[in-house]
Amino acid sequence: MLEVRDLDVYYGAIHALKGVSVRAESGEIVTLIGANGAGKTTLLRTISGLVPSRAGRITFEGRDITKMPAHEIVGLGISQAPEGRMVFANLTAEVNLELGAYLRRDRAGILEDRERVYTLFPRLKERRRQSAGTLSGGEQQLLPIGRALLWRPRLVLLDEPSLGLAPLLVREIFRTIHQINRGGVTVLLVEQNAHMALSIASRGYVLETGHVRLEDRASALLENPEVKSAYLGG
Amino acid sequence: MSEFLQQLVNGVTWGSVYALIALGYTMVYGILRLINFAHGDVYMLGAFFGFFAARFLNAARDPSPFKALLVLLSAMVACGIIGIVMERAAYKPVRRSSRLAALITAIGVSLLLENGGILLFGPDPKFFPQIIPARNIALGMGVTISNQQILILSVSLVLMFALRFIVLHTRTGKAMQAVSYNPMAAALMGISVDRIVTFTFMLGSMLAAAAGVLVALQNPKIEPLMGIMPGLKAFVAAVLGGIGNIPGAVLGGLVMGIAEVLVVGYVSPTYRDAIAFVLLIVILLVRPAGILGRNVAEKV
Repeated sequence: MLEVRDLDVYYGAIHALKGVSVRAESGEIVTLIGANGAGKTTLLRTISGLVPSRAGRITFEGRDITKMPAHEIVGLGISQAPEGRMVFANLTAEVNLELGAYLRRDRAGILEDRERVYTLFPRLKERRRQSAGTLSGGEQQLLPIGRALLWRPRLVLLDEPSLGLAPLLVREIFRTIHQINRGGVTVLLVEQNAHMALSIASRGYVLETGHVRLEDRASALLENPEVKSAYLGG
Repeated sequence: MSEFLQQLVNGVTWGSVYALIALGYTMVYGILRLINFAHGDVYMLGAFFGFFAARFLNAARDPSPFKALLVLLSAMVACGIIGIVMERAAYKPVRRSSRLAALITAIGVSLLLENGGILLFGPDPKFFPQIIPARNIALGMGVTISNQQILILSVSLVLMFALRFIVLHTRTGKAMQAVSYNPMAAALMGISVDRIVTFTFMLGSMLAAAAGVLVALQNPKIEPLMGIMPGLKAFVAAVLGGIGNIPGAVLGGLVMGIAEVLVVGYVSPTYRDAIAFVLLIVILLVRPAGILGRNVAEKV
């Protein structure tokens, strides 16, 4: 479904991704784990067209999207829930969600999907009239995920959805990701919480300073001694 | 007292014109963090397009409210197109360059429009036809208002409410707000940032055109450099209200108009233009973010 091959990305003089190859098959949850600065966010941003690549190829369902502008990539069915607080703080939670469905014209379907998001995240429903900037950190984290879902994507890129959340909420988020995936959406998940990510993913990649260090089935990575000592805290 | 009220009526009328122009400055700034210094010249073009439309419709000899409306609309449409072309041809190519490059481009576009205007329309003033003959209406307490002032006020009000509706309640307006807050996150929603930027220039230019026609109805002398001073003052008005803030632009415009009329009435007409810059200096010293602006740290 998604194939990234030999991708090279520079941020100014910094060589952020060095020949990275990653793929996701339809219906999978694929996770990218690795330390800060390994290039995980850069990879997602390059796939979404926010950051230009210098070399390499990205294809989605057989189409080359390497040089496509970001808003057209969304149009193909890829949505990204960006890291941290990339919400529109000046707009209400509800308008934030609505903007997720910007490219859709089916009013009834949008309302239905919005209700689905509210069922997944009841807190967002309670706060829907509040401006997004006044939501708590956890609620602000839910917003991009809900927003990404409102586009009914075929592939969703999630950047650190559990960052800075309380353990209970982290479990809730992962349960939701699983649920989304069972609904037929392919998931590419960037996470610091390697244990949780690997336990719901089918395959995983370990990124290290711009390289793919390891690539395996998630269950195998969970048992891998190297991964265990570096990312699983034991 | 009645004199003061009269000044207030005149000030609010002038202020609504400044507000219409200031809205264009503030919207473009909100989206691109660019001061479009050519905006005052779009106001001038609006007056000229109105002039040609009026001549075409033979509105001078056979005036009617319907023709006045047609003159207004055709000037707005023509300037809307100018706004689109201006953005695509001049500003889009330098969008990823430094802000200084964009600023210098804006000054260049402004000079181009002014001198292009002199070349095309001639340097001598033209006289805008009297589509709506002036008539004074007594409001009581010795205050009068002309039918032209009523027109200026009501058209401005309608346009401001239309703008408010577009920004707050339409899909494109919400996209404008999203782009203004964070263009990258907006692109992830599937919003074409380029289209929103172009749309913003179009809207701003249409409002400036309306201001140009409204002023020309009252002060019929129009010439290619007429946009410079009102443009600068409207820019000050936008800063006064808090640049990037839409209600702020309206408020800033009104304050500017009232201040100007009061200075002319009670101090000296000599200081008519100076008051704008006094206000600018004061606001920058006292409240640099503007009356309604919030102090936010610059995003990097």
